[in-house]
Amino acid sequence: MTDLPGLDWTRSRDFRTAPLAATGVKATEWIALGRALAAGRFALLGLWGETDAVCLALHDADARAVAVARLAGVHDGFPSIGARHAPAQRLERAAADLYGYELHGAEDRRPWLDHGHWDIAHPLGKPTPHAGPAPYAFLPVAGESLHQVPVGPVHAGIIEPGHFRFTAQGETVVRLEQRLGYVHKGIDRLMQGATLERGAELAGRTSGDSTVAYAFAFAQAAEAALSVAVPPRALYLRGLMAELERLANHLGDIGAICNDAAFAMMLAQTGALREQVLRVAGSVFGHRFMRDRIVPGGVTVDLDTGGAAEIQALIQMLRARFPALVELYDNTPSLLDRTVATGRLDPGLAHRFAAGGYVGRASGRDFDARRDLRYAPYDSLRLEVPVRTDGDINARIWIRIREVEQSCSLITQILNALPPGPVRAPVSPAGGPRSGLGLVEGFRGDILVWLALDAQGTIARCHMRDPSWFQWPLLEAAIEGDIIADFPLCNKSFNCSYSGQDL
Amino acid sequence: MLRFLLDGLIRAPMTEPAPEPGQAARDELGAALARAVRTRLGRSLSIRAVDAGSCNGCELEIHALSNPFYDLERFGLHFVASPRHADVLLVTGPVTRNMAEALRRTFDATPAPKWVIAVGECAKDGGCFAGSYAIAGGVAAVLPVDLHIPGCPPAPLALLDGLLALVERQGAGSGPG
Repeated sequence: MTDLPGLDWTRSRDFRTAPLAATGVKATEWIALGRALAAGRFALLGLWGETDAVCLALHDADARAVAVARLAGVHDGFPSIGARHAPAQRLERAAADLYGYELHGAEDRRPWLDHGHWDIAHPLGKPTPHAGPAPYAFLPVAGESLHQVPVGPVHAGIIEPGHFRFTAQGETVVRLEQRLGYVHKGIDRLMQGATLERGAELAGRTSGDSTVAYAFAFAQAAEAALSVAVPPRALYLRGLMAELERLANHLGDIGAICNDAAFAMMLAQTGALREQVLRVAGSVFGHRFMRDRIVPGGVTVDLDTGGAAEIQALIQMLRARFPALVELYDNTPSLLDRTVATGRLDPGLAHRFAAGGYVGRASGRDFDARRDLRYAPYDSLRLEVPVRTDGDINARIWIRIREVEQSCSLITQILNALPPGPVRAPVSPAGGPRSGLGLVEGFRGDILVWLALDAQGTIARCHMRDPSWFQWPLLEAAIEGDIIADFPLCNKSFNCSYSGQDL
Repeated sequence: MLRFLLDGLIRAPMTEPAPEPGQAARDELGAALARAVRTRLGRSLSIRAVDAGSCNGCELEIHALSNPFYDLERFGLHFVASPRHADVLLVTGPVTRNMAEALRRTFDATPAPKWVIAVGECAKDGGCFAGSYAIAGGVAAVLPVDLHIPGCPPAPLALLDGLLALVERQGAGSGPG
């Protein structure tokens, strides 16, 4: 590690309020960073391509600081980080698809987002006419009595599209291989040259269930890049929306996981609670998912006393009704029989992949961006982060249960401490190129937004990294040795985003 | 467990008591829809949802149709797991180039008579993703569309409303797509 570059490590209170620039590194230093990642020195936050360059975002958990390394002069390709640190593989393959870069030394150079159906290849690099689809080589499997079950992209449920290739011996899954990219919409390129307003619109439509969290992270990045002072009331209202979104998703997930174990009553019960959260959000903020309510500079809608009372009543109702459902879950042996010890994710893997959200926290990774890379309003609120080490479906349900309770507490705290004042500040260009980082704890995990703006304040590059990038590969590991019939249950307990990953 | 079952028996159904203005419209809508479906297809309409590139927002609201507040199945409408069992394809999202083929095959696997409903702003013309190298267009760029339900995403009631509009139009004489 002698070549480890001196990066511009920045603590959260600094990168949250001021621009963050990437530190230029040499190829040898780039490789050293890959080794440091593999050695567990840092956690990988993101990896993305730029014109003639590639960037790596890192998190130093001990120092509670982040840094962005930038390897410039990348014309044909760059040394693979994925060859040294597996969690980078899919991010690299995506960057290679979009920019046409070779991954030097990589074991897996198969395309990831590019299925061969676009008119052009390398849409963000030097676009060339596309040669058309080529067969996708799934990983080879060898052994006795193995059979393969291809599933998707169109699934049986009302869910997003993706392909799962199961190799099974009898009922037991010996390997799952995912192929994603079906809902790739080209958001990275749509962002280029867009105004901040349009960028916020696209960010809020990257993963529908996390529309608040994405808009929040995008606004953070823009405000940091342009050093905008956001009114305190707006920051509290953002926290309020983010917690309502977390509540709605966790309530929906808890029921949906149980439903996949054929315990339909839980879905009916938590589905009703979720609907009531969405109705209050719709009534108070004018949209059930609170889409387009967070914009760079603040929020577009204020909360009046009637709205605050509605939310208070909602939290009272949840506090009265949720505990009985938790008790029901905990006292139903036939349900626990399906969730306990199934889909176990090894804590070592969760750490290595820096898995965020309930996936990481159910497998011992004690990280929550709201606490560890603090941002407003959470820097002045009390938050307990639940962590377990059992790593099975049951653990992922319990993390959600505890987080529902925490969200109720946070919402009450926010309503009690909501400062008066304006909810939106003007946002003006900096007069020169600026970049900034946004990092928000969505319900699924930490969402990273890297935003580079030009002198006029239009978007030069925006890369959004969904938590699912580091969770999807772990699902492949978690299902190994379980039976195919447990996959829907296990998949739901991860509830990774397709659209957020495919972009 | 027994407590919840007992509760369900004793307590008034969730679909009834909500006093907000939408409730009356919903019941009226549901009853009219049930009549139309019955004329055309007996007592039921099987719906297959296909995500052709959506952000997943529309799926969440389609899901909500099955919660106790909307309880879609009371009208004889239900979601099926295979296009081979479906009367209606509910297609969401701008159609991505990576999903266009799968969407076509899903349509081909659906037996006639069949209808296609495009759900959400993106499904109309690609929405905010229109013009991207990765987008084929709205649903109509790939399949014959019978009805579009606007919204980003459309609320559950708007979805129910759309299903009614479709079935009534078909019932009035125009042939299936």
